[in-house]
Amino acid sequence: MNRQNSLFPGWGALALVRRNLLVWRKLLLPSLLGNFIDPLLYLLALGYGLGHYVGRMEGMPYLTFIASGIVASSAMNTATFEGLYSAYTRMAVQQTYLSLLATPLQIGDIVMGELLWCAVKGAISAVAIVLVAAFFGAVDWAWAWLALPIILLTGFVFGAMALAVTALSRSYDFFMYYFTLAITPMFLFCGVFYPLHSLPKLAQMLAGLLPLTHAVLLLRPLLTGHLPSQVPLHLAVLGAYGLFGYGIAAYLLRRRLLR
Amino acid sequence: MPTLPRLELCALHKNYGGRAVLQGVSLAVGVGECYALLGPNGAGKSTTIRCIQGLTPLTSGTILLDGLPLAQWPAGGHEFMGVVPQGDQLDPDFTVEENLWIYGRYFGLPKGQIRQRSRELLALMMLTEYAHRPLQVLSGGMRRRLAVARALIHAPRLLLLDEPTTGLDPQARHLLWTRLRTLQREGVTLLLTTHYLDEAERLADRVGILDGGILLAEDTPSMLIRTHIPGDVLELRRRDGMLPDPENWHEGRVAAAERAGDTLLLFDRDLDPARAHFAAEPQYQLLLRPATLEDVFLRLTGRELREEAS
Ligand SMILES: Nc1ncnc2c1ncn2[C@@H]1O[C@H](COP(=O)(O)OP(=O)(O)OP(=O)(O)O)[C@@H](O)[C@H]1O
Ligand SMILES: [Mg+2]
Repeated sequence: MNRQNSLFPGWGALALVRRNLLVWRKLLLPSLLGNFIDPLLYLLALGYGLGHYVGRMEGMPYLTFIASGIVASSAMNTATFEGLYSAYTRMAVQQTYLSLLATPLQIGDIVMGELLWCAVKGAISAVAIVLVAAFFGAVDWAWAWLALPIILLTGFVFGAMALAVTALSRSYDFFMYYFTLAITPMFLFCGVFYPLHSLPKLAQMLAGLLPLTHAVLLLRPLLTGHLPSQVPLHLAVLGAYGLFGYGIAAYLLRRRLLR
Repeated sequence: MPTLPRLELCALHKNYGGRAVLQGVSLAVGVGECYALLGPNGAGKSTTIRCIQGLTPLTSGTILLDGLPLAQWPAGGHEFMGVVPQGDQLDPDFTVEENLWIYGRYFGLPKGQIRQRSRELLALMMLTEYAHRPLQVLSGGMRRRLAVARALIHAPRLLLLDEPTTGLDPQARHLLWTRLRTLQREGVTLLLTTHYLDEAERLADRVGILDGGILLAEDTPSMLIRTHIPGDVLELRRRDGMLPDPENWHEGRVAAAERAGDTLLLFDRDLDPARAHFAAEPQYQLLLRPATLEDVFLRLTGRELREEAS
C-alpha cells in the first residue's frame, strides 16, 4: 500500500485548521468588523428599503425572509473567498502547502484542513448575520441552533468547489470568472431574495441543481421557527457537492503540487 | 561507507514531458554520514531531494529509508526526515518563533517539547533576539538559518539540505557547519547539495558529482581529487584580458588541462616547465597550487557554462 500522498484526510487536517485560526486571530478585530458591517448594510438596504415596498413575503416580514437567505449566501461567499484567494495565496505565493508536505501531512490532510477552515470562516460570517438579524427581531430561536451544522456544511461545500478552481488557476484573475459564472448566479437565482416558485418552471429546475438552493431551503425554516421539509433531499444534494468537491479538489491539488 | 545505509536511492529516473532529468541515479548514505551532491545548475540536485520527499513522483526507481521503501513508511517517512528546501518556504504569517511552533505541531509534537526545542534551536542558530519579530525583518541569511532550525524541530534522523548555505556570511556558514557536524556525531544522516566546493570538501564524508541527471563520480573528496587530478594545478590568466595560451602550447606538455572562463588550468605532477615557459611572458599571471574539489568539478562537468539544451 502506498502511504505517501494520500487523498484521504487524517488528523493532520486539524493542525492546518489551527494554523489558519492563529493567523485569523491576529487580524481578529478588522475581520470581525467586516463580518458584521457587510450583512448590516444588506439587511438595512434590502430589508428596510426594499421591504418597505414588498411588505410580507411567504407570510413573514421581508426583513425576516431575506435575513435567512443572506445567512446562507454569506456562508457561501465567505467560504468561496477563503477557498479562492486565501487558499491560492497559501498554495502558490507562500508555498505553505509545499512546506506542509514536508511534514507528515498528506494532500488529504491539507484539503480537509482547508475545507474545515472554509466551513468555520463561513460559519463565523453567517453567525454574525444571525446575530444582527436577531437584533432586528428577524430570528425565531425555536430551531435556530440546528442551523449551525447546516451553515458549516454549506461552507464546506462552497470551500470545496472553490479549492478545486484554485487548484486549476494560474493567477488570481481567473477567480473573477468563477464569481461571475457560478457564485453571482446562485446569489441571484437560488431563493435568497425571493421564493423559488416565482421563477419559471425550467429555471426552478435548474436552481434545484445548485447547492445554494438547498442551503436556503434548509436554513430559512430553521431560522424562522419551523422544521424544513424534504430534509434528506437537501442534505443529499449538499453532501454530494461536498463529497465530489472534496474528491476533485484533492485530485487536482495533488496533480498541481506533486510534479 | 561507515555503517548501514540509512538512505538508498536505487536507479532513480525522472522525466519531465519526455526530457530525462534524472537518468538512473543510485547512491547510498550511511547512518551518521554526510553526503554532498554537487552539480551545475539544472543537474537534477533539487529534483533528487524532492523525490526523496515524495514531492516528485518518480518515473521509475526506488528510495529506501532504513531498508524499507519510502512508500511503505507512514507519511512517506516524513516523521524521520527534516528538509531545508532551496526556497525557504517559511510561513510569512507568523513570527520567527511561531514558525517553529506551528511546524512542530504538524509533527504532532507536544507543546512543551516544541517550546523547549524552539528555544534551543533559535539559540543554536543565533536567532534568539529575533524570536518575536515578524519574518519580514529577517535578512536572507537569517531566513536560511531559520529554515535549518525549523527542519530540526522534530529531531530527524535524515536531514536533506538543498543549498543550505547559499546567502550565508562566513560566520554563519561556520556556525552551520559546526552544527551539522554535531548532528552527524549524533548519528544524523545528512544529504546536502551545494555550489560551494570548499563546503563539500570540509563537510562531506563523500561527494557525488551529478550532471544532466547522471552521477558522474562519487567518492571521498581526497580520493576524487587523487583519481581525477594528476598532481598540482597551475592557473594562468592574462592581465590584458585575452585568453591565455592561444596557440595551445600546453597541449602534449602537461597531463591535463581545462579552460574555465578567462583561466587556463594545467594539471600535472611536474609543472615546472610550464611555469618557466609562461613566467617568461610579462602579461601572464601564474598561480601554482594544490588540486581542489573545484578542479575535479570543472574537469568532470566540462569547462564552460552550458546553455540548457531543451
Ligand atoms: N516541474 C518541472 N517541470 C519541468 N521541468 C522541470 C521541473 N522541475 C525541474 N525541471 C527541470 O529539471 C532539471 C533539473 O532541475 P533541478 O531543480 O533539479 O536542478 P538543480 O540541480 O537543483 O539546479 P540548481 O543548481 O540551479 O538549483 C532542470 O533542467 C529543470 O528545468
Ligand atoms: Mg536546485
